[in-house]
Amino acid sequence: MAQAPMRRAIESGVPDNQQFLHPLLKKNYGNWRYHDRPRPGVLHHVARGGDEVWSVRAGTQRQMDVHTVRKLCDIADQYAEGHVRFTIRSNIEFMVSRSEMVAPLIERLETEGFPVGGTGNSISMIAHTQGWLHCDIPGTDASGAVKALMDELYEEFKREEMPNRVHMSTSCCEINCGGQADIAIIVQHTKPPKINHDLVANVCERPAVVARCPVAAIRPAVVNGKPSLEVDEKKCICCGACYPPCPPMQINDPEHSKLAIWVGGKNSNARGKPTFMKMVASGLPNNPPRWPEVSDAVKRILHAYKEDGRPWERMADWIDRIGWPRFFEKTGLTFTKYLIDDWRGARVNLNASAHLRF
Amino acid sequence: MAKQQHPTPMLDELEKGPWPSFVTGLKRLAAEKDYVVDVLGQLETSYKTRKGYWKGGTVGVIGYGGGVIPRFTELKDAEGKPVFKDAAEFHTLRVMPPPGMHYNTDVLRKMCDIWERHGSGLIAFHGQSGDIMFQGCTTENVQKAFDEINQLGFDLGGAGPAVRTSMSCVGAARCEQSCYDEARAHRAVINTFLDDIHRPSLPYKFKFKFSGCPNDCMNSIQRADMAIIGTWRDNIQTDETLVRKYYAKHGMTDLVNDVIARCPTKAIRVRNADEVATGPSITSVRFDDTQALEIDNRDCVRCMHCINVITGGLAPGKDKGATILVGGKRTLKIGDLMGTVVVPFMKLETDEDREKLVELGQKIIDFFAENALEHERTGEMIERIGLVNFLDALGLDVDPNMVSCPRTNPYVRTDGWDEEVARIKAKKQQVA
Ligand code: HEM
Ligand code: HEM
Ligand code: HEM
Ligand code: SF4
Ligand code: SF4
Ligand code: SF4
Ligand code: SF4
Repeated sequence: MAQAPMRRAIESGVPDNQQFLHPLLKKNYGNWRYHDRPRPGVLHHVARGGDEVWSVRAGTQRQMDVHTVRKLCDIADQYAEGHVRFTIRSNIEFMVSRSEMVAPLIERLETEGFPVGGTGNSISMIAHTQGWLHCDIPGTDASGAVKALMDELYEEFKREEMPNRVHMSTSCCEINCGGQADIAIIVQHTKPPKINHDLVANVCERPAVVARCPVAAIRPAVVNGKPSLEVDEKKCICCGACYPPCPPMQINDPEHSKLAIWVGGKNSNARGKPTFMKMVASGLPNNPPRWPEVSDAVKRILHAYKEDGRPWERMADWIDRIGWPRFFEKTGLTFTKYLIDDWRGARVNLNASAHLRF
Repeated sequence: MAKQQHPTPMLDELEKGPWPSFVTGLKRLAAEKDYVVDVLGQLETSYKTRKGYWKGGTVGVIGYGGGVIPRFTELKDAEGKPVFKDAAEFHTLRVMPPPGMHYNTDVLRKMCDIWERHGSGLIAFHGQSGDIMFQGCTTENVQKAFDEINQLGFDLGGAGPAVRTSMSCVGAARCEQSCYDEARAHRAVINTFLDDIHRPSLPYKFKFKFSGCPNDCMNSIQRADMAIIGTWRDNIQTDETLVRKYYAKHGMTDLVNDVIARCPTKAIRVRNADEVATGPSITSVRFDDTQALEIDNRDCVRCMHCINVITGGLAPGKDKGATILVGGKRTLKIGDLMGTVVVPFMKLETDEDREKLVELGQKIIDFFAENALEHERTGEMIERIGLVNFLDALGLDVDPNMVSCPRTNPYVRTDGWDEEVARIKAKKQQVA
């Protein structure tokens, strides 16, 4: 068989974005004066020189088949001058140079099933991860959970009726690729890994696995005459960190891998400093294909926030004002001992004051 | 025409409802490709058993040690043969996006054609790492797909213990808050470290992210080992027309509740126009004929809130640049860490400025490579050795902007105090 010639990679790195910019973005690069939002899903930017550009934002499924991408391209060519960009939350944006192009573009997008919204104080698309579709360590699926939840939050994506923007994420293991968010849904394992001792010696680099455990619960051991590992199950916090380096330490369990809900993460520096999210519920069942228990809990939190949050209060700001006792009261979630931090640095999360709310 | 699709009662549930469905997309692909028929078969199995069935392995392209995420099926029958044989391999190519994730339809269509030829036809715009993820490819086709994507002007991103793919915000291209040219900084930095991206050899991953202002749309403070966040040193700028426009629409109640009361340091106040303070650190602007906003910029922490509310009416200053924070990461292993300030301000206007940023990145990566334990992120390394040792190694001076407060315990040896005071004073004099 003839050997195909080896092609050396061109190490071109990050491509220049100038070649892809909408002409008005290129022309006014670094020279924008302000923007406003004529309606949800539309940003209207005005340049110092007076040029105006309208960006129409629409939700996508993130993992798109080529036909969907081509359909979006057709729309961009026909209604939007052939230029698009994506936001960090997998929304697509079409830039147009005349206001009268906005309405037909929106109509076409919605006809084709792409909701227009996700701007300002809406609930934007959920930042999500891979899950069963592609990851090698997932406890659940990500695209499915997100699809199910966005179906429920569809109207809120298209409106701007929340106190401030709502960013959500999902993660299919405790590693949390989805990241900090106003509300995050993350797998929470509840049982130590089940070790397949026959495989450990062949597959795993044992010292590396031992080193990986945050609570030093893993020890080398000889099981059935073979080198393996054992877990001190009293110490184990079921984090799953040992699973990626050692797949025979199966952490995922159809019954016992649960879902937890976290709130109040914020990256922006606006008002208070950025904040980490906090766990407020756990033990929700991993219930595909639509995870109704998760949707229910998330919607309760969102409902309480929408009712009670004041303008510009992000989830974290709102909770700062009303306090944790009222957060649990208003959302109907139960505060349990598992929510009291005992990890490194936990004391900063205890109430070292006589500031109390009743 | 592809083979008949497997029954997928669970996934079919995800075709219902108004949000765009990835399942519908997969089915469209499955109509043409046996490959995707079997991907759906395996995914449906996961939904039924609530288990994942992919395992990693080693697959790559010639010359690179990373950038492809290999996936082999573990769903095997009694004889060890894949249950869904056409989808036994499902690798992903991670491809670095242009800064700000801008595309024209021409390049997107070409990507689609390439991926239809060589892969599953499923593309994620974008992964959480920022990559365009070309999801689903056989081992045999990985090189072919890469060659064409590479020929199109795109390159693989990072995976494993490497410098990773980066992201930058839309910034200067379309955002009035932008404080530096994010795209140029992004490319200047990342394209310097291509070797560390393509040939993983660091203790662990290293991520850069670029946000044009403290709104940090790229979430860099908690997701990047080195976050480059735009800011400014001088006074907030104003545009009276736009401030008056805001006030005419919103009135005093909103101005007070939404702007004044929410300033974290109470730097911004309402004043009678004739009582407004003057001085080098004062910004003031009338919102009607008798009243004005007054900001003492020495008290402002550049949080962006008032600027977000009265966008354009209030705006970042003219003396722009960026703050560098180091050490952000998610939980593993010691708990979540935010990046913390190591350079309060640096200019990022000229190529020379950007070169300094690259140098700083290089120094940090070199120090990380030499001093981090295996599988330790920058933030954890700094936690272990202390910020001061890290700053020392980089030759960076301490600054009160690096802490939220000075230490609250006496457990430190201070016998070098006098020398330090003398050294810092001497240095200040030199600069002055
Ligand atoms: C072949 C590919 C990869 C391997 C073998 C791998 C392996 C690992 C392992 C073993 C860990 C630590 C796990 C633990 O301690 O339990 C880890 C952590 C991590 N991996 Fe990967 N990984 C790979 C690819 C990726 C990719 C592609 C990403 C994302 C873009 C990624 C993101 C992370 C992150 C963010 C962490 C944790 C970082 C932190 O401490 O915040 N990994 N990886
Ligand atoms: C074998 C191990 C791992 C693999 C193959 C892997 C793979 C990935 C992939 C594919 C992504 C992009 C996800 C998406 O956009 O859908 C990702 C992101 C991420 N992963 Fe992992 N991951 C691994 C281990 C870990 C570990 C151990 C951690 C944390 C301790 C981790 C933390 C993260 C985080 C925080 C992100 C988001 C990264 C960012 O924002 O840049 N991952 N990983
Ligand atoms: C033989 C050794 C020590 C003796 C006899 C001693 C005695 C005392 C006495 C009598 C008081 C009460 C003073 C007052 O109320 O006027 C006091 C208070 C205190 N001592 Fe000591 N002490 C000793 C060692 C230490 C050490 C080693 C520390 C710190 C490391 C310490 C820290 C304190 C502090 C912080 C207070 C104030 C406590 C408060 O405000 O409630 N003492 N000590
Ligand atoms: S969150 Fe965990 S399971 Fe999900 S994609 Fe990331 S590493 Fe994989
Ligand atoms: S699950 Fe986490 S705590 Fe338990 S043994 Fe594995 S690494 Fe250690
Ligand atoms: S980070 Fe700041 S400059 Fe960048 S897009 Fe967001 S608001 Fe604009
Ligand atoms: S940007 Fe400055 S003045 Fe404005 S709200 Fe933030 S801290 Fe206050």
